Amino acid sequence: MANIPQKIIHEYLRHDKKFPHVWCAGCSNGIVLGSIIRAIADMQLNRDDIVMVSGIGCSSRMPVYVDFNTLHTLHGRAIAYATGVKMFKPNLKVIVITGDGDCTAIGGNHLIHAARRNIDITVILINNNIYGMTGGQASPTTPHEAIATTAPYGNIEPDFDICNLAMGAGASFVARTTAFHAIETQNYVKEAINHNGFSMLEIVSSCPVIYGRLNKKGSPADMLKHMRDNSITLAAKEKLPKEKTEGKIIRGILKRDERTEFTDAYAQLVKKVMGGKHE
Amino acid sequence: MSKAHEIRLSGSGGQGLILAGIILANAAVIEKRRVTQTQSYGPESRGGYSRADVIISDKEIFFPEATRFDILLALTQEACDKFIFDLKDKGILIVDNTQVKNISVMSEHTYEVNFTELVTEKLGSPITTNICSLAFLVKITGIVKEESLKQAIAGSVKPAFLDLNLKAMQLGFELAVNYGK
Amino acid sequence: MPTKIKKIAKPVEEKPVTPAKSGRKIRLMQGNEAVALGALDAGVNFFAGYPITPSTEIAEILALELPKRGGVFIQMEDEIASISAITGASLAGAKSLTATSGPGFSLMQEGIGFAKITETPCVVVNVQRNGPSTGMPTSPAQGDIMQSRWGSHGDSPAIVLYPDSVKESYELTIRAVNLAEKYRTCVILLLDEVIGHMREAVTLPDIANIRIVSRIKPTIPRHWYKHYDENQKYLSPLASFGEGYRYNVTGLTHDALGFPTNKPNEANDMMERLRKKISYNIRDLVQIESREMEDAKIAIFTAGITARAAKSAVAAARAEGIPVGLLRPLTIWPFPDDAVRKMLRNVETVIVPELNQGQLIHEIRRLTKDKQDGNLIPIQRANGTLITPNEILRIIREVH
Repeated sequence: MANIPQKIIHEYLRHDKKFPHVWCAGCSNGIVLGSIIRAIADMQLNRDDIVMVSGIGCSSRMPVYVDFNTLHTLHGRAIAYATGVKMFKPNLKVIVITGDGDCTAIGGNHLIHAARRNIDITVILINNNIYGMTGGQASPTTPHEAIATTAPYGNIEPDFDICNLAMGAGASFVARTTAFHAIETQNYVKEAINHNGFSMLEIVSSCPVIYGRLNKKGSPADMLKHMRDNSITLAAKEKLPKEKTEGKIIRGILKRDERTEFTDAYAQLVKKVMGGKHE
Repeated sequence: MSKAHEIRLSGSGGQGLILAGIILANAAVIEKRRVTQTQSYGPESRGGYSRADVIISDKEIFFPEATRFDILLALTQEACDKFIFDLKDKGILIVDNTQVKNISVMSEHTYEVNFTELVTEKLGSPITTNICSLAFLVKITGIVKEESLKQAIAGSVKPAFLDLNLKAMQLGFELAVNYGK
Repeated sequence: MPTKIKKIAKPVEEKPVTPAKSGRKIRLMQGNEAVALGALDAGVNFFAGYPITPSTEIAEILALELPKRGGVFIQMEDEIASISAITGASLAGAKSLTATSGPGFSLMQEGIGFAKITETPCVVVNVQRNGPSTGMPTSPAQGDIMQSRWGSHGDSPAIVLYPDSVKESYELTIRAVNLAEKYRTCVILLLDEVIGHMREAVTLPDIANIRIVSRIKPTIPRHWYKHYDENQKYLSPLASFGEGYRYNVTGLTHDALGFPTNKPNEANDMMERLRKKISYNIRDLVQIESREMEDAKIAIFTAGITARAAKSAVAAARAEGIPVGLLRPLTIWPFPDDAVRKMLRNVETVIVPELNQGQLIHEIRRLTKDKQDGNLIPIQRANGTLITPNEILRIIREVH
């Protein structure tokens, strides 16, 4: 992390926005934001062509701070709004910033259908296993038996594997990493944005103030170290026996295929029904 | 023809009565008359009740549903029982006696024809009973011209079925001409 | 009733849609078809929707027509996604519209509030059916009059239009799109099931004679752009995503730049702006039809399909020499307070027929100070059948 030129981040943050941001000290959203900005800077994308869309939650506050076209929508609906933007102006790069609750609970329906359509939207899902903004209620990714304010005796529900869900629904690019792996995150963000199709990038993150305290996970640094020590790459997983990979966070590009992207399919349809009369 | 004519076509879902209503309304448009066509049907696309109302007038039509019918076509017993009391005193009642066996109030002008049976026998399937009975209605009442009806049918059914529908129309006209003979 | 709308800016076409070539001669047309054709003629180039009786024909026609014209049609996974998608598309520059009925309209309420607070133009067509809940899907009701005004949480002034014929469905769809663009808000078009499915002979006007309004575009450099800037009429320019004005849009209470705020003064500015852009432009927004009201002692106040029954009843009563007239709002929200006050001054009795258990009548009551309840007569029904001319005529005779 040594030679990150700070200037880049500042160039992409909004000067006219009132800071500070809403994130707690020790939150990993800032690390992810840094990775995203560096990825976009590296790719030399025109900021006017980037639309960052989010729903409601801690991570969903991200678009407000960055100097793109930004759309902070309703709880769960970011992908549906993003679909409207992308369908009307397919040349725009549409990035959705969302969280586990926003995307897989209230927004689950939009997630699976956007994945099924394979519309070229990059979903960056920051998974902190909890509803942080509202004070620590259980989300669909709160682990079994973990404590949340709405699961005070331990969570009896099984949790979602977000990447499996996205793959099952038809997403053509699916990857997972953690907030600790900032450079890996940066690289996967690039891969996801470059992919022509629906991409899901799950970034396992930490919420030390709410989730960490409720579940005695230690300091913010402890939680980051846990990501380091408790995750393995997909390549490593394939070499290890099953008992050694149990409970580990699997990092890597889990799926990448090239099936027809939805706005391309729509453009083809328009071409067909217009019989070459338009353009 | 200065007054409004209220026509109700009634039966069950799938009998094509709404299409018949649209065709009758289109025939009126061809004759440059004022027309409204409304309908009521159950949520299912086959079975259940179905009715189409057509109001034809030379003046502005305010209320678009038929409330006191000048003409009532009933293809089912249920439809006949339900609507017959709203037929005007001198109104014309046309029933398909394939299904309508009991007419509780006999109108002065009642026509009973076994449309479904005849259409099935002559044209191979009951599918065009709607057109046959509509043609009968048109011939008996003169509500629109036969030529307008023909044009309206041509404009409303798929080309592949036009011939069949025109045969059904012709059958309806003949049944009207020969009625009671 | 001609729409009186002044062009406020040179229209900017983001994605030119080939105009409808539907053959402008007289033909039999369904209400829902008229809405679809009105949308196309108004320049709508984006539709997202979910099938629901009795509005589905609108989606079906646009699924056929929009791709032919280079526009976008998408069937979404539900109505929440539909209102979201049309709002997103509008921010990208589309003239967008969705169509639904009661259950879907209920689902859209949060999204309608978002379009209003973010001042994003879009149109929601609600072909009302009998409710509550699933109700009777193929039967008419006028039960969403209040929901169209108050359905979304919080205070959010509404523009809601309500046609009573197939031709007017076409005209008011165009007006709805125009008003959405001009006022930067979600405009609602209420139809009755019977209007949506009814067929009438209609001659559409020539495309050249239709007034089309498009959103004003900013002409200032990016750094001066305020997403919620305003002129004296509370109207403001709107840049689209991708045009270099990198602004923020949020459903949170926001300042003039579009950034979230908790400051009471900024919150107040935003709320006042939303209110005033409607209330300061009442004259532009309200449209009413007044029929035989000059010497009327009895007035009927109603909208949509029930007004058709009322017109018939008025004609019959006038033939009997009874001085009765009809006042019909084409714009139901904002409510035509002035016209109703004038009516209340001039007549002795007001009859309010409506296909619900009492919605319009509350607005009349709100404006009634000197009329006793005995002079305000409701005719209410929510059983899936229409109020007929005879029922209204009977009451007119009783009153007379």
